[in-house]
Amino acid sequence: MSKTIAVIDYGMGNLRSVSKAIEHVAEASDRVLVTDDPALILSADRVVFPGQGAARDCMAAISDHHLNQAVLEAARSKPFFGICMGLQVLLQFSDENRGTDLLGLIPGKVRRFPEQQAVNGQRLKIPQMGWNQVHQSREHPLWQGIPQDARFYFVHSYFVVPDDAGLVVGTTDYGVSFASVIAYKNLFATQFHPEKSADHGLQLLRNFVHWDI
Amino acid sequence: MLAKRIIPCLDVDNGRVVKGVKFVDIRDAGNPVEVARRYNEEGADEITFLDITASSDNRETIVHVVEQVASEVFIPLTVGGGIRVVEDVRRMLNAGADKVAINTAAVFNPEFVKQATDRFGSQCIVVAIDAKQVSGEGEPLKWEIFTHGGRKPTGLDAVEWAKKMVEYGAGEILLTSMDRDGTKVGFDLALTRAIVDAVSVPVIASGGVGNLQHLVDGVVEGGADAVLAASIFHFAEYSIGEAKQYMAERGVEVRL
Repeated sequence: MSKTIAVIDYGMGNLRSVSKAIEHVAEASDRVLVTDDPALILSADRVVFPGQGAARDCMAAISDHHLNQAVLEAARSKPFFGICMGLQVLLQFSDENRGTDLLGLIPGKVRRFPEQQAVNGQRLKIPQMGWNQVHQSREHPLWQGIPQDARFYFVHSYFVVPDDAGLVVGTTDYGVSFASVIAYKNLFATQFHPEKSADHGLQLLRNFVHWDI
Repeated sequence: MLAKRIIPCLDVDNGRVVKGVKFVDIRDAGNPVEVARRYNEEGADEITFLDITASSDNRETIVHVVEQVASEVFIPLTVGGGIRVVEDVRRMLNAGADKVAINTAAVFNPEFVKQATDRFGSQCIVVAIDAKQVSGEGEPLKWEIFTHGGRKPTGLDAVEWAKKMVEYGAGEILLTSMDRDGTKVGFDLALTRAIVDAVSVPVIASGGVGNLQHLVDGVVEGGADAVLAASIFHFAEYSIGEAKQYMAERGVEVRL
């Protein structure tokens, strides 16, 4: 059956790679829409919520595009995939930009990696930029076909700390062990970029496109 | 643990890969999409395109190259060469580049780096530094920034310049030793170490790779977060898979 997959476009970051990666794994009959129209987002079968940049800019852009309600509604009601800032803004509060209120769907905070922390005698570089391992700490249908501790591509300086540790389905070590993937009912969100993570990333998106809740 | 990255670099002139790429089973070694696809299959962690198109009339060709590659190669892409104004950055990111490398323009107009990072975020702005040793024998080591392919000195100290660029928002430093570029005798490890220790962001070492041990030295002795090489991969002397295997056997964390 043909599906419509909406990629939410609120002007934060380049969505071309995200939409191309989804087109790459979707069925030929599926439609991939890059849109900021709340009506289209709410009528889509699946929603992808990417994002790049600073927390305050992201929140301002979501608000400017009148997307707060549509994002929250979609995240509660249909298969929903958050990527990078599209994960972080779902929480309540970020330390970034001297404190930024977020969408508040998921109780918890967003914290910065500790400065000046040394790992194996070397200073921890911030942002974390590159391929790190994701430990599948809980079973989830979207992990199908992806090996335990597979590497994905990360670019970030902040990470999520949900109040409910039960939401964490993947963890990653970078100076600290942090929640790199969280999932709750119809929602799945990653700190890394599946659209830049070669075969494992594409497999994850393929699993999302075929996810039956 | 975060893996050290291996990044093949392709010079692109008028939309074609130049400086020769030799893969026996590639139909058109000048086609950036085919070459990028091949590097992706071999396990490249990222691909860097350096646009060396001389005529500004033909600048648009690199945009199309990035669009095509980004539509089918799903790893990070960096584009450098001819990035002078914020609009250049925007065009590359919209085409599908994940990062843009700013080189000469940063030297002539450091504020440009600030503007670009304010607008698009540090994560996508790489500052490329071309450095040459200027200290004589017996003197404390000192490197200076050079432009125009290493011909023009700027008087800027490389370590101070790297620090300044990070203050201005650079999310990564692409460090090329102009003394070593093309020599195949290995990275300038002292330079690499000096920059790595001076800045808080990742550093990509470049210039001088001639064999796989050089890659190991770059990350182990130089402390680099990533290593960039062109000719050893282009001429199929080594595959990226072989390079990673070699590094892994010597205790370097890589994505296999």
